[in-house]
Amino acid sequence: MAERDASENLNPRWTEFVVEALIRLLGFSSIGFVALIFLFLLREGLPLFFEVPPGNLLGTRWYPTFDLFGTLPLALGSIMVTVVAILIALPLGVATAVFVREVAPNWARQVLKPLIEVLAGIPSVVLGFFGMTLIAPFIRETLGAPTGLTAFTGALILAYMALPTIISVAEDALDAVPKSYRDAGLAMGATQWQTIWRVVVPAGRSGILTAVMLGMGRAIGETMAVMMVTGNAARIPLSLDSLFRPVRTMTATIAAEMGEVAQGGTHYHALFGIGIILFLLTFAINLVAAAAIFQKRRRGGLR
Amino acid sequence: MKLAWLQLCCIRHRLHSSRGALCLLALGLVWLLVGCGAQPVSTSNPAAEAAQTIENKGSDTLVNLALAWAETYMGFRPDVRISVTGGGSGTGIAAMINGTVDIANASRAMKPEEIAAAEANGISPVEFTVARDAIAVVVHPSNPVDTLTLQQISEIYTGNIANWSQVGGEDRPIVLLSRESNSGTYVYFLENVIRLGNRESELLFTPDTLLMPSSEGISTEARQNPNGIGYDGLGYVTADQKVVAVARDADAPYVLPSVETVNDGSYPIARPLYMYTAGEPADQAKEYLDWVLGDGQSLVSELGFVPLQ
Repeated sequence: MAERDASENLNPRWTEFVVEALIRLLGFSSIGFVALIFLFLLREGLPLFFEVPPGNLLGTRWYPTFDLFGTLPLALGSIMVTVVAILIALPLGVATAVFVREVAPNWARQVLKPLIEVLAGIPSVVLGFFGMTLIAPFIRETLGAPTGLTAFTGALILAYMALPTIISVAEDALDAVPKSYRDAGLAMGATQWQTIWRVVVPAGRSGILTAVMLGMGRAIGETMAVMMVTGNAARIPLSLDSLFRPVRTMTATIAAEMGEVAQGGTHYHALFGIGIILFLLTFAINLVAAAAIFQKRRRGGLR
Repeated sequence: MKLAWLQLCCIRHRLHSSRGALCLLALGLVWLLVGCGAQPVSTSNPAAEAAQTIENKGSDTLVNLALAWAETYMGFRPDVRISVTGGGSGTGIAAMINGTVDIANASRAMKPEEIAAAEANGISPVEFTVARDAIAVVVHPSNPVDTLTLQQISEIYTGNIANWSQVGGEDRPIVLLSRESNSGTYVYFLENVIRLGNRESELLFTPDTLLMPSSEGISTEARQNPNGIGYDGLGYVTADQKVVAVARDADAPYVLPSVETVNDGSYPIARPLYMYTAGEPADQAKEYLDWVLGDGQSLVSELGFVPLQ
């Protein structure tokens, strides 16, 4: 008996200590892993900037087998596909979030929310195949583009992939708008639409901005589907018709070429150099998203 | 097996007791150990124990043929295991240089810098020509263009000819399809078709060329898109694409790719396919390669490639 009492007194503190240490370790290790990944990226990618003159790096021709490492078409390709994808996904996503949160009856919301989560679970290779065999011919025939494998096709697929993220985060943002805002709007004689559009959505705008940023992060890093539907031609997408011409993104370039390169060669460093650019881009996007969240907290009232 | 079953029963009984979980864990471990130890006995195949594995990796062009060879060979040599993977010629050669595979498949000869890297690793690669491959130029079945000269193909892929009407077709833009730059087929096509075999030439694929990650990507687009032109190994051309007859120059006859035209040298875009070993092959690898170069050749034409004479 005496033994048992002693163990009961000791146990909680002991387990508490272990659990606390474990949680702290796990928390710090995730930060540590990000730092290690970035260090690894720097180690493998930085030599590029010494091996290749900047004029070549900022050039317009990406022929790594022939020592032409112009990253401009790749960076522009990624940015173009991502921005267009967000332009498509933003109105759709916010409208869906408004519908699910503000308009839909309760039972519909309970069906729609899990369905939207399921959208996020579709493997990107399936979407890529869908885009390649169905959307690409459709775009070629209806828009008269020479080929259906275009930046626009990639943007459509990416918009679809970013939608679940945008909808659920935007929905949470609308959810955080206090009910008193809606009551006040309606009490002042505004219609439901006016209340949503003039009061609720503006009140949740920093959350919606976060949703867009997170969707953007998802879109810019997507590889497989993009590689399958954008045609992967490393051309500069600056002419007017570029949206309906093929592009090559940074992610597709890394995925397509990493298998072949000789480890430690210039081409290998170039692919990691592209990785650094991508990392910095997503980091900047996430930073903006985080800043929006902090701003929301500081203003207060909306939580 | 009986022992394991007894233990399972025992676990069921004890699950209710307070120490059930611990007991379950311990017994599970014992069961696992016993189970693992028992497995080789239950298969009771002495040959399987002595099975030797040959790792075979590289060219995506060769991968189907290499698989067919491996499966047939293992059919009558159960004591040998051959694992075949693709990934591209360079991938296979790199793996051979690093010593992780026994045989590398390649649709191009090793580059001088690859040979240097191998020698720096203490490996002197040995080359075997295992088959030949014709590269077919394909278009959409509805495209009226039947024939092209090498010069015309070169100008199409460098962007000088951008409309089908310039080579006798309809007034449509030309959409260029190519394999990714990690493909041996890409390098061969660039050196021998676009640059017409001229070593000093600095011609490149135009940036508008669509680089498809797989042969499947090329065939999908070539059969869907009436504007498209693509190239790939003859073994990958399906019936729903149209193969173009190619002439060496404007005076030469237009020739369709086939086993006969590759062997008599009249089809201009054909290349050897290689296997590389790290040093002279020994034991199982040597027997396998001898078989590939001998009886194995009967499989080559079934897969759309051209056997050695």
